[in-house]
Amino acid sequence: MGQEFDAERFAAEAAAALGLPIASGDMPGVAHNLERIASLARQVMAFELPEETEPAPVFRP
Amino acid sequence: MSGFASALDIAKDIAAGKLSAREAAQAALARVAALNPKLNAFTLVTSERALKEAAAVDAARARGEKLPPLAGVPYAVKNLYDIEGVVTLAGSRIEASKPPAARDATAIFRLAKAGAVLVGALNMDEYAYGFVTENSHYGVTRNPHDPSRICGGSSGGSAASVASGMVPLALGSDTNGSIRVPAAFCGIFGLKPTYGRLSRAGAYPFAASLDHVGNFARSVADLVACYDAMQGPDERDPVCRQGPAEPVSPQLARGIEDLRVAVAGGYFAPENAELKEILDRAAKALKASRQVEIPEAGRARASAFLITAAEGGMLHLADLKTRAAEFDPATRGRLIAGALIPAAWVIAAQRFRSWYHDRVLALFRETDIILAPCAPDVAPPIGQESMEIGGVSVNLRANLGLYTQPLSFIGLPIVAAPIARSGGLPLGIQIIAAPWREDLALRAAYALERDGIAAAPIPTL
Repeated sequence: MGQEFDAERFAAEAAAALGLPIASGDMPGVAHNLERIASLARQVMAFELPEETEPAPVFRP
Repeated sequence: MSGFASALDIAKDIAAGKLSAREAAQAALARVAALNPKLNAFTLVTSERALKEAAAVDAARARGEKLPPLAGVPYAVKNLYDIEGVVTLAGSRIEASKPPAARDATAIFRLAKAGAVLVGALNMDEYAYGFVTENSHYGVTRNPHDPSRICGGSSGGSAASVASGMVPLALGSDTNGSIRVPAAFCGIFGLKPTYGRLSRAGAYPFAASLDHVGNFARSVADLVACYDAMQGPDERDPVCRQGPAEPVSPQLARGIEDLRVAVAGGYFAPENAELKEILDRAAKALKASRQVEIPEAGRARASAFLITAAEGGMLHLADLKTRAAEFDPATRGRLIAGALIPAAWVIAAQRFRSWYHDRVLALFRETDIILAPCAPDVAPPIGQESMEIGGVSVNLRANLGLYTQPLSFIGLPIVAAPIARSGGLPLGIQIIAAPWREDLALRAAYALERDGIAAAPIPTL
């Protein structure tokens, strides 16, 4: 990932896997959003968690 | 009747026979007719239902019955709440072609039972994905304090309807700040309760693992009266808390002597001088004794962003496949991108959420209340695309939730409180408590209001 992440190419391939056509006019917006998401994901993925940390899909106090 | 009479005063006057529910409803409808053309807060006015509900209140009083707590109080709801017989828009054009709702959302059902009178549905960002209420289908909702500015979002119509005095109460929803940001921009109180406190049944979802419903008012007592009326378990919402309601109204005036109050430092310490000033003033009034560091708040915000995008994108995938062009251009690209997010990123965000939750909850062993800024600045002009935070120009839409998003991420109950100022546009703070301790945050807000530190300014429209 990082510098070589090609958001448009990724979007085209992932959308094909989902059967989601992306209009050419929408592609720049989608790619722009994916770049922002990828940069946030880098922050999250860089954080080391103990293996026993389970996901918290539902918040319980 | 003034548009700025409190909900509880209206209910009191109706119970005492000084005012009929019909008069209160007609006055609210007249204010909507006069002000809505300037503000565009309402997308639907439910006059017929309002007059019918008001007539039922007047008839109950004529029969000598004891009236419920909000009898005859006008209110309105963000247009993602199901209203029986009405198509639920959720700010979209796509939903407009769906059938009308078969029954009221649980929140509306309970407010109706408490005697409140529904006058209409309110504008929002499409599918609640935004902080601006600049909706390409239904127009922009304008800020009552300066109609050239946004009112915030996504519950923008809700905040504008209360701030302008059209109605004393409104319902909204908050996934990342959608109650708190517009409350701050419009200078009113907002409550985002603990995740799972209020039933979301019949409220159109956005990102289910982060969605909350909540409410707006011009005073803390009104905010609490409405909140108390909506509480209680509901089998229609799997997340909704079991067990009995925990009404806060009886606790409100208990004072704050027993509360330990801290201010959030680090990530939450504002560089904006005006924000710093209001936060300092609130901290002093609440005798805040220390600063706490909420760890990894930036990563919490990033995680909330990923989960929101993925869950929102997935929710709308079928429509994105077949009718993408009908989405608001402001949300379309974000939803499509969200639908494409690799699962690993979302699961990592959910695992981080678990870690962060434990760390933040540990802070509440030593404090009862944490104060933080709400929106990062005053309401920006309509159409503005960037803003300055800490001297750096950043994307406006992506950053209005800077201070709200890391907190709703773990479902903490929060009161957004407007801090009284001698001039300038409204600014607010977040009063944050431990899960299920809405009572503490609301008591602190009530104390600030009593001391004149927090107040909803009256706009000159």
